[in-house]
Amino acid sequence: MTQVHIVGAGIHPFGRHPDKSGLDQGVHAVREALADAGLDWPDIQFAFGGSSAAGAADAALPRLGLTGVQFINISNGCATGGSSLLSGYWAIKSGEFDLGVVLGFDKHPRGAFNADPEAAGLPLWYGETGMMLTTQFFAMKIRRYMDLFGISETSLGRVAVKAFENGAVTPHAWRREPVDLETVLSSQMLSDPLTKFMFCSPAEGGVALILASDSKMRELGIAGPSVRGAAVRTRPRGSFEVFAPSLDVERGVSATQLASRAAYEMAGVGPGDIDVAQIQDTESGAEIMHMAENGFCADGDQEQWLADGASRLSGKLPINTDGGCLACGEPIGASGLRQVYENVQQLRGRAEGRQVAGARLAYSQVYGAPGLSAVAILGA
Amino acid sequence: MSGAVAEGVFVEAGEGLQLIAGRRKTDGEMRFPMPRGPEAALYDAVELGGEGRLWSFTVQRFRPKTPPYIGDNDEKSFKPFAVGYVEFPGQVIVEGRIQIDDFSKLRIGQPMCVGPEPFATSTRGEVTTYAFRPAS
Repeated sequence: MTQVHIVGAGIHPFGRHPDKSGLDQGVHAVREALADAGLDWPDIQFAFGGSSAAGAADAALPRLGLTGVQFINISNGCATGGSSLLSGYWAIKSGEFDLGVVLGFDKHPRGAFNADPEAAGLPLWYGETGMMLTTQFFAMKIRRYMDLFGISETSLGRVAVKAFENGAVTPHAWRREPVDLETVLSSQMLSDPLTKFMFCSPAEGGVALILASDSKMRELGIAGPSVRGAAVRTRPRGSFEVFAPSLDVERGVSATQLASRAAYEMAGVGPGDIDVAQIQDTESGAEIMHMAENGFCADGDQEQWLADGASRLSGKLPINTDGGCLACGEPIGASGLRQVYENVQQLRGRAEGRQVAGARLAYSQVYGAPGLSAVAILGA
Repeated sequence: MSGAVAEGVFVEAGEGLQLIAGRRKTDGEMRFPMPRGPEAALYDAVELGGEGRLWSFTVQRFRPKTPPYIGDNDEKSFKPFAVGYVEFPGQVIVEGRIQIDDFSKLRIGQPMCVGPEPFATSTRGEVTTYAFRPAS
């Protein structure tokens, strides 16, 4: 059966770049990924790409080359990058193609994302009365979780401290300065219990990955990690999602739990086998809850994990080794692919300054509105 | 005279009000608000009980962006407000604004009731929505 490998990876550093468009950053990433794989654009048979606020991804074509390549634009909220990767994965797995690129880029204005109720299938009054904010959802989800499972505000702070610690040693990160626990906890409260330093910010950046079948990879004489499992799942009944005017009294599992289980099953591995993980940390609380939703620990165990530094670079399972969304910011179209880029660097032993020694199996999970999750498991 | 922020979301009941949810005819699944348009035919309108329990909450500390927010105040005069979910037992968990002066008094599980809250002014006068508050 065909195996899918990531044979090239490119990134435009995340942050704010007033002199560059989102598209500029996406094109930069594709050229870097091609160079990394030793390929030229005419070699590429297909592309899947997306941005949320920086235009159509296929606007890159006149710059990269009008080769007639199949190019499909992807739009799937915060999971756009993960969805592009999955599309590329299936394109090769199906046997139709054996070499392609997935790309994502974005450029957002400052401040919370603007939300349009009607575009989300919600009544206008939901936004008019001040409830259509992703920040409120994140705050209420972790508030309840903290109450049910005994998670402290200090733990929320520790997640952010770790993120900035890792960002400081990551060339593509936006926030490159460590921030101490006291500063995180005492920074401006945005949506209780989450402070300013516990939230990621909309940002800019671009990422591209070159995918190849195992046979094509051998033919070209190149190499790269394999995609062992990849899945996208949407919100099941009883889950708690962003922009929900009401919830079922009967509680159920999350989209992340569904995607996670599916990816583990495809890969034939379990959470205990993972050496390094990138999980959605839109804010500190999300990372804590996603540690459990992805199976890395039981609900409530995060308190001890964080006190012990178990998810730091030196810990038993390093999480968000490049500083995640908290240190890199969130350019929606690029964010999920940044996680995979970081895992590719880790598995190739190229994550200078933040390398997890001997990493063989790497996990990534991105969560997006209005309730979907994309998981990818890579093997060295 | 004040106007409701939207039709069919709640009805006034004495000094309080009642929220109108929808129960899907095929499987009994409840959702709030009661769906409108073609979807409405698949649901029966159900008035929710007057009291529920706080399921989770937060405080909106910065002014939401306009559009879509229509509440009074500009960035500087904005006053933070609480938002939360209230579970109506056996029915559905509903999100809404919370009227409370001291945010530190909010506790998950506390009894909450629902009433009107004038939260904005339009050319037609005050605009009222539903809001939760601790049951006395």
